[in-house]
Amino acid sequence: MTTFTPTSAAEVLSAVQWATADETPLEILGHGSKRGIGRPLQTEHTLDLSGLSGVTLYEPAELVVSAKAGTPLVEIEQLLAENGQQLAFEPMDYGPLLGGETGKGTLGGVLAANLAGPRRLKAGAARDHILGIHAVSGRGEAFKSGGRVVKNVTGYDLSKAMAGSWGTLAVLTDVTFKVLPSAETETTLAIRGLLDDSAAAAMAMAMGSSGEVSSAAHLPERMAARVLDGKLGGDPATLLRVEGFGPSVAYRVAHLSDLLGNAGPIEEIAGEASKTLWRDVRDVRPFADGTDKPVWRVSMPPADAHHMVLALRMQAAADAFYDWQGGLVWLRMEGEPEAELLRALIRKFGGGHATLVRAAPAWRAAIPVFEPQPAALAALSARLKAEFDPKNILNPGRMVHSSDSATVAGVSEGATP
Amino acid sequence: MSGILMPKPDAATLSRRDEIVADMRIIVPGEGVVDAVNEMRAFESDGLTAYRQLPMVVVLPETVAQVSRLLKYCNERNIRVVPRGSGTSLSGGALPLEDAVLLVMSRFNRIIEIDYPNRVVVAQPGVTNLGITTAVEQDGFYYAPDPSSQIACSIGGNVAENSGGVHCLKYGLTANNVLGIEMVLMNGEVVRLGGKHLEAEGYDLLGVMTGSEGLLGVVTEVAVRILKKPETARALLIGFPTSEEGGQCVADIIGAGIIPGGMEMMDRPAIHAAEDFVHAGYPLDVEALLIVELDGPGVEVDHLIGLVEAIAYKNGATTCRMSQSEQERLTFWAGRKAAFPAVGRISPDYYCMDGTIPRKELPRVLAGMRELSGQYRLGVANVFHAGDGNLHPLILYDANVPGDLEKAEAFGADILRLCVKVGGVLTGEHGVGVEKRDLMPEMFNEIDLDQQMRVKCAFDPNHLLNPGKVFPQLRRCAELGRMHVHRGQMAFPDIPRF
Ligand SMILES: Cc1cc2nc3c(=O)[nH]c(=O)nc-3n(C[C@H](O)[C@H](O)[C@H](O)COP(=O)(O)OP(=O)(O)OC[C@H]3O[C@@H](n4cnc5c(N)ncnc54)[C@H](O)[C@@H]3O)c2cc1C
Repeated sequence: MTTFTPTSAAEVLSAVQWATADETPLEILGHGSKRGIGRPLQTEHTLDLSGLSGVTLYEPAELVVSAKAGTPLVEIEQLLAENGQQLAFEPMDYGPLLGGETGKGTLGGVLAANLAGPRRLKAGAARDHILGIHAVSGRGEAFKSGGRVVKNVTGYDLSKAMAGSWGTLAVLTDVTFKVLPSAETETTLAIRGLLDDSAAAAMAMAMGSSGEVSSAAHLPERMAARVLDGKLGGDPATLLRVEGFGPSVAYRVAHLSDLLGNAGPIEEIAGEASKTLWRDVRDVRPFADGTDKPVWRVSMPPADAHHMVLALRMQAAADAFYDWQGGLVWLRMEGEPEAELLRALIRKFGGGHATLVRAAPAWRAAIPVFEPQPAALAALSARLKAEFDPKNILNPGRMVHSSDSATVAGVSEGATP
Repeated sequence: MSGILMPKPDAATLSRRDEIVADMRIIVPGEGVVDAVNEMRAFESDGLTAYRQLPMVVVLPETVAQVSRLLKYCNERNIRVVPRGSGTSLSGGALPLEDAVLLVMSRFNRIIEIDYPNRVVVAQPGVTNLGITTAVEQDGFYYAPDPSSQIACSIGGNVAENSGGVHCLKYGLTANNVLGIEMVLMNGEVVRLGGKHLEAEGYDLLGVMTGSEGLLGVVTEVAVRILKKPETARALLIGFPTSEEGGQCVADIIGAGIIPGGMEMMDRPAIHAAEDFVHAGYPLDVEALLIVELDGPGVEVDHLIGLVEAIAYKNGATTCRMSQSEQERLTFWAGRKAAFPAVGRISPDYYCMDGTIPRKELPRVLAGMRELSGQYRLGVANVFHAGDGNLHPLILYDANVPGDLEKAEAFGADILRLCVKVGGVLTGEHGVGVEKRDLMPEMFNEIDLDQQMRVKCAFDPNHLLNPGKVFPQLRRCAELGRMHVHRGQMAFPDIPRF
């Protein structure tokens, strides 16, 4: 058992080259804050990138920040905040849900897990903000892609290929993200007492209006009590976030209140409380219960999601809440994960996919954590993996069972000299 | 054709041309196969008109099954295929090859679904960019990315090029607005990436496909998100005595936390050409003209216009006009949107470049361009997506003057080298195509390019789809797969470990 803790890109390269030559798998780690996501790994050695840290470029006027991959996300967020800027995609913090500390995680991990938040429909995810990368492939070669400018179509976008690859294609050493100004102010409207279907209708109305809602979520009965330290009370809360310049926010809040006045009683939550509320939604506070009860992250078109949840509940005990502008339903199962049931229902109600983000290791080893793909797509993904990591040494088996991917890989591989 | 070497035509394929054409007529019955030279002329070039080549045959399929069968057929027989949408590429992405099937997607022209509750439109790839907005605008929605070619270019072509437009700073590029695609691989397999939900599962193959210039797969369906039209939009027309002041104004607007819906800059030659053409009322005594558009609720627009105006005057603006009506706003834009044809009036030909630079380097790059312009004795007019640093230098030349085109291309290449040198890139939105193919080594070393080509190998291991584009040198996938490992040695034996 060796843990490598490189402090430079050259050392990362050297470690990967060694592992490639020895055909020894490595677990690739930032802070390890999302280690519990994916199939459990059984690697002998670990490549810990937390020592590869530091901002290398920050030019607020150019809306760009570059940092070594192991730089703590909180450090970046703090630096940006000092300049009135932010990562607009609001990368979520899995710490609370997975029973770890809050505020952990590295910038490289943000991209590798393609993190996002409740502003997703409007602002996108990490994939939409990544401008460039330096990385070491499983071949033991250092390569780069992209650059430091916002508009760039020079060559394939390998930076996006890293998004959501969970360290299985290459080890990131440097990442460059686009940054944006933070909103001057924000207010949240909470419509109380709605059932899931009326909440979906209200949300569709709000999001199709010129109220420019940046986040929308629905916390059904009991879920609402688990955010904002319980200050919201237990009644269902349908939340709409309005962000921007003061006069604009005031106008849009009035517009939305008018539009939705008949839906139910509306409360206004302003400033810091609004921010905390959305952080709690983002970080799945309602299910941050210290247990390892299975939690699913379901990405599906928002309008029909509650039908899927209703159908699921006919057959299994589950709690649910909706982060619509993140395009997500979060589910906590009382008993077993019920993967097949859930995935069949998602297909039935408009399509999408489910990731088992929390479950005991035995479950994660036994059922596919990430959505199984149709044969042609699975084969294509396996070929892509093999083109980056032909010896399967980077986080092997974390996304799909290794033997599954190896058999369909058919990689363009020659003999090792 | 200018000095770019295309892959050597395959003699075996050419010798079987009649048989291949006959088989194409079986795969795509009816009017969908064109092999008469005079009819194929319409397809011999795209928006990069300096390059022309007749294809072996033009095929216009109508169904996914036909596309799949055609690609499988070609894959099994080692026949090259060049996909084409509307043929507006400015980098020669859709340039035919003598021994290739030109696969034209224009008959895929239906909107498949409009889903307002989820704010998604699903369209076939041959639908024009503007066609999507047209389909939903009566209900107050629109599709945000708006390339100047939007009346003609196809949404499939937009995906292939990751196209942008003047509203990209605030609303993102094609990549940020496409939710899912269906595509056919060279082996005929049909694959779906993403859908109506916000995130595709597994590797971000959708991200890789977007901007892959027709080299990885043929897009047969596209799901895009649509947005509610902003309540109001107003534009400011701001003139500056120097481009430095204009550039500083842009930086200060962003520094104030304002991301305008659009922010475009033009230099003196472009201002004059545009004003002569459309009479937009542009000031003629300035070196740089900035159009800043603010959109959103009326109160927000009023608030921000005031802020931007103050920033403009602080930075030495000599004129600052605010659009007083929708008509006037459109007039402000008319000159910018017609900048290419306007320049086309003052010069027999022009050559459009597309580098992106860190914005702060603008004065240095403009000065460099002036110097190069002197050296090459060719004029240059600049339009510029100021918010995101994407330059469009238009090099003026005359194709009838021997050597002028080559000079224009060399000038263009020097501009792009300069862009890379100051921290920018070769192309912001028009793609590499054939045009910038041989400049790729300015930005990428061999390892970088090899890794990109390996991605190609995962999709199309025989290099049959759109070969000769993007990569300066094609290497066989078997060769790319080889690994050179040195067992047992470690360059840094003392990496910290425990
Ligand atoms: C006057 C003018 C103004 C322009 N303004 C802009 C602008 O503002 N912003 C901008 O970004 N671009 C602009 N362009 C460039 C061009 O319009 C875009 O690149 C556009 O997206 C190309 O679309 P198309 O349908 O014409 O594609 P084509 O030119 O036919 O093809 C372009 C590339 O896409 C591939 N392709 C096309 N369809 C498919 C498919 N279905 N599946 C797979 N591959 C496919 C082709 O192989 C080729 O490589 C402009 C062009 C012109 C002529």
